[in-house]
Amino acid sequence: MTATTVEKQQAGPRPAAGPAPARRGRRRGRLIALLFVFPALLLLGALVVYPVLFSVGRSFFDASGTRFVGGDNYAEMFRDPATLKAIRNTTIWVVVAPALLTGLGLILAVLVEKVRWATAFKLLLFMPMAVSFLAAGIIFRLAYDEDPDKGVLNAAVVSVHDAFKGTSTYPTARGRTGLLTQDRDGAYRTTASPGDPVTLPMVGVLPKDLPRDARPAAPAATRTSAPDELRGVVYLDFTPGGGGEQGKVDPEESGLPGMKVEAVRDGKTAASTTTAADGSFRFTGLDKGPYTVRLPESNFAPPYQGVSWLGPTLVTPAIIGAYLWIWTGFAMVLIGAGLSTLPRDALEAARMDGANEWQIFRRITVPLLAPVLTVVFVTLVINVMKVFDLVYIIAPGPVQEDATVLATQMWLVSFGGGNDQGLGSALGVLLLLLVIPAMVFNVRRFRNSQR
Amino acid sequence: MNAIRRALGSGLVQAFLVVIGLVWLTPLAGLFLSSLRSAQDTAQGGWWTALASPGQLSFDNYAALLENAGITQAFWNTVLISVPATTLVVVIAALAGYAFAWLDFPLREPLFLLVVALLVVPVQIGLLPVAKLFGALGLFGTIPGVVLFHVAYGLPFAVFLLRNYFAEMPKEMLEAARMDGGSEWRIFTRLVLPVGRPAIASLAIFQFLWVWNDMLVALLFADSSAQPLTVELQSQIRQFGSNIDVLAPGAFLSLIVPVVVFFAFQRHFVQGVMAGSVK
Repeated sequence: MTATTVEKQQAGPRPAAGPAPARRGRRRGRLIALLFVFPALLLLGALVVYPVLFSVGRSFFDASGTRFVGGDNYAEMFRDPATLKAIRNTTIWVVVAPALLTGLGLILAVLVEKVRWATAFKLLLFMPMAVSFLAAGIIFRLAYDEDPDKGVLNAAVVSVHDAFKGTSTYPTARGRTGLLTQDRDGAYRTTASPGDPVTLPMVGVLPKDLPRDARPAAPAATRTSAPDELRGVVYLDFTPGGGGEQGKVDPEESGLPGMKVEAVRDGKTAASTTTAADGSFRFTGLDKGPYTVRLPESNFAPPYQGVSWLGPTLVTPAIIGAYLWIWTGFAMVLIGAGLSTLPRDALEAARMDGANEWQIFRRITVPLLAPVLTVVFVTLVINVMKVFDLVYIIAPGPVQEDATVLATQMWLVSFGGGNDQGLGSALGVLLLLLVIPAMVFNVRRFRNSQR
Repeated sequence: MNAIRRALGSGLVQAFLVVIGLVWLTPLAGLFLSSLRSAQDTAQGGWWTALASPGQLSFDNYAALLENAGITQAFWNTVLISVPATTLVVVIAALAGYAFAWLDFPLREPLFLLVVALLVVPVQIGLLPVAKLFGALGLFGTIPGVVLFHVAYGLPFAVFLLRNYFAEMPKEMLEAARMDGGSEWRIFTRLVLPVGRPAIASLAIFQFLWVWNDMLVALLFADSSAQPLTVELQSQIRQFGSNIDVLAPGAFLSLIVPVVVFFAFQRHFVQGVMAGSVK
């Protein structure tokens, strides 16, 4: 290899000088070479190699470092619920994130080749790689905020939800106690028979929260109804400025428009309708006898508040989402570079043979890209195992222990209050053991490239 | 028929990519707009409400940030850590990379394999032992301590990258230089460094961003007078919600430097990241 060629070159310039000076020259050359590598070897030895050995040794001692405890710290790792949780979460990360990223990167790398603004798109998606995990953490703390008036994600979820499910009109309204009965599910009801007008007095709606089109209910309340007809009003039993009688539709009292009303008999809904601007409603074609007039609970449902992204159950998927934002561009660009080296004629030949895009992708592109995909995947696995800042920043204080991963747990145990440097070292060693396959992969790949 | 299908397909692809692009842009836009709004406006509604009433937006938060001694100090600390940590890595790794590529010394091959093996060693394992070591040396809590740690953990990748790049140099070039009687030092500074400039640029950008964006190392090794922007902002995360008018512009300040570097040197940056893909 190169070593031998270098020796020959050094001996070369002075062929007449004889063997002794050549040897001296060679020794001098070695000394110079050592001076060149010395700073790097010193720093690597003192700050990387020595710490690895120290940590391995330290992991066999107790918290204070005075007593040899053998493998106790390693056993403790799988007993302690917090570290067990960290191991579980890191497993989730390693199983989910690299696969998602490689898949997404592959799809985007293939698709982006088909548009003219590919470069701009790649730059945009790659840019988060330049952003610190701290800044990304703050960005996503903002985006994931539970309050739909603060977090953009919940704002989107709530508006989609409301567009499909509708919003309740009167979340604060209650029936006048004693005049209406409340069901267990929050609906209100009273009893009435066709022919008799019915009034449903409500309270708890602020005048400013009334729909703009609401009209006084009194005129409708006095209308008479036909024998097979059930008429009534739903109104706000409150006269602005005082006065008025409870349970009676006073002249200034407003109807409650848009309220859903059901006529129920024997547990079956016979008819349903929605109140008009003056709060009036009308069922026709009913049989004789009493009906239950019901205001279903959907009228009073509290507004939908969206998803608790950073709650205990969703916090890990949410942080993985932020991680995707950062790393997708990396996967896409690396896979895209691999894509550009694929033999064009193989793809063209397949197209000529009438293969469709999906067949080409599945049968030719993916198999040919396998080495690149492996490198991307392995890189991501290594990085995912070490994820720290993002979890530390995004998970709110009370949820930290639900989101904890090996790297954050190692920090907490060693420095963040745990103060057990034996267990902390063992966790560090575990992290190292987990990346050893990658280490072997790298060393092998390098040796092969040298042959 | 086929043409229509293809046009429809490409329309779908474009629409899909536009949606993805918007999804990528939105969180960043959210941070930027949040950083331009007062605490009262933030308490009253999301940043998107500012799109309808741009009157909410002003640079007042940034002006306040410049008055904030903690933040400005932290910003300078970030510079004082990143610049030397980048320069030292480049210099030390270039020397070692040249030696590993072209000079003869004992144990050259096994030592380089060790460097390759160290590529993936997690920073975490070094925290505790190096903290003890720095404590004994009086480096704990200081900027030089943070710098040294970053240099050491940046070296495996740096040496690996530069050694591989230098090894590609044509042998005849070096032979000719040696024939002319140039010393190794002269060859290194006059020939190897200029030829290796693209790799050195990629390395420098990669290392700079790595150090600039670090939080973990500084969290442990920097005391309050040495702490960089990431740690300073991290310490205010606990009050998240009530201090968005500080956190959002602070985060934006911390990310704008690497993003500008990224756009200015995108080619080198992408190459650096790709070369470091095994790290």
